[in-house]
Amino acid sequence: MVLIALALMALDHRFYQLQTLRSVLATVAYPLQLAVDAPIRVGSRILDSFSRHEQLVLENRLLRSDLMELRARQLRFDALQAENDRLRALLHTSAQATERVEIAKLLAVDLDPFRQQIVINKGRLDGVYAGQPLINADGVIGQILTPNWTSSTALLISDPGHALPVIVARTGLRALAVGSGNPRRLNLRHVPPQEDIEEGDLLLTSGLGGRFPSDYPVARIVSVEHLPGQPFLVIAAEPLAALDRSREALLLWTDAPAPQPGAEEQPDGRE
Amino acid sequence: MVIPVPVLLSLLAAFALTIVPLPGAIATARPEWVLLVLVYWGMAFPRRVGILVAFLAGLFLDVLQHQLLGQNALALAAAMFIVLQIYPRLRVYPLWQQAVVVAFLVGLTRFLNIWIQGAIGFPPGSNLYWLPILTSALLWPVVYHILRDARRRWLLHLT
Repeated sequence: MVLIALALMALDHRFYQLQTLRSVLATVAYPLQLAVDAPIRVGSRILDSFSRHEQLVLENRLLRSDLMELRARQLRFDALQAENDRLRALLHTSAQATERVEIAKLLAVDLDPFRQQIVINKGRLDGVYAGQPLINADGVIGQILTPNWTSSTALLISDPGHALPVIVARTGLRALAVGSGNPRRLNLRHVPPQEDIEEGDLLLTSGLGGRFPSDYPVARIVSVEHLPGQPFLVIAAEPLAALDRSREALLLWTDAPAPQPGAEEQPDGRE
Repeated sequence: MVIPVPVLLSLLAAFALTIVPLPGAIATARPEWVLLVLVYWGMAFPRRVGILVAFLAGLFLDVLQHQLLGQNALALAAAMFIVLQIYPRLRVYPLWQQAVVVAFLVGLTRFLNIWIQGAIGFPPGSNLYWLPILTSALLWPVVYHILRDARRRWLLHLT
């Protein structure tokens, strides 16, 4: 038994042949996860049904005005996109990839409390692939770790094993946002003290890792410290997306999902 | 040897309790439900619920918690091995003494888990990691009474 367990662990860690076994077991586990999730979902629905009429009307009105505004912006966005494509064609650079999104629900189940992982209700049957970016309306959430058939496990950007290449929107400075294990905080590594970076700066994905498309908002810098004697600045940032409170996430398909060998491998944040 | 239905149901309940979302403050104190249930049945039916059952339960737990495949399987199988060595004594221990043994077993599984996680790169950095030892031992009497009543009602004819 011990030998089997050790062999399994080695195989799972080094190679990816065990994906099918994991998928089979995960498919068996999925009804259990749904069963755990159901009472919580029903509970929140009951709470919803008790919310007052005026409140609903108010919310509806707000959403309507938001929708109007976003539609108006979308009109201009389409025109700008067309113009951008035309200019890019003139400059003979590659056109930006178009993107497709789909809403996935987070299942209310707890995984290891010391890792920052979530389970969503979309799997390989829906076209989910390992390394796929996951966002919500506010910013980047994480990426898919293991797609199973009907559900998938995703790694949040706040996991200590996750590193995300970002740029500072104001200056274009490139950096690496590494998770801290705390869903409200990311750390920026290896920024030398002479760089122009300050509190309140917005961080966008840089697209350099090849996994996330560029220019999605990630986080806002909350503190920049220079400890004397340290070669790099100590920078903390707060993710824009509420990682620990969202119930929905958007799966993002860029036009050509480049298949990456060993894509389940976590981007290594440790040196 | 056939595994009785109540044993399977209690294991299923243990799996469900393992993934029920808890508020952040007490999420780290979640007892090792699967181990508690396995210890009881291993003690009651040592010839039916053995190392293989513990191993398979651990494998399922690995998938549920998205750990390395085999990590919990190894830990639970090791704990079950100890239970099978000492079950005649364990049965006659008073409840608090059983709880001490359970605490020891939970500590063993936690230790094996942190060892493996350390080997692959990301050990949990907090001392709260060891809190389930305490909560599991404290909840052992509850689990014991529930499962004993279940056994007396449905499984009295089995050994």
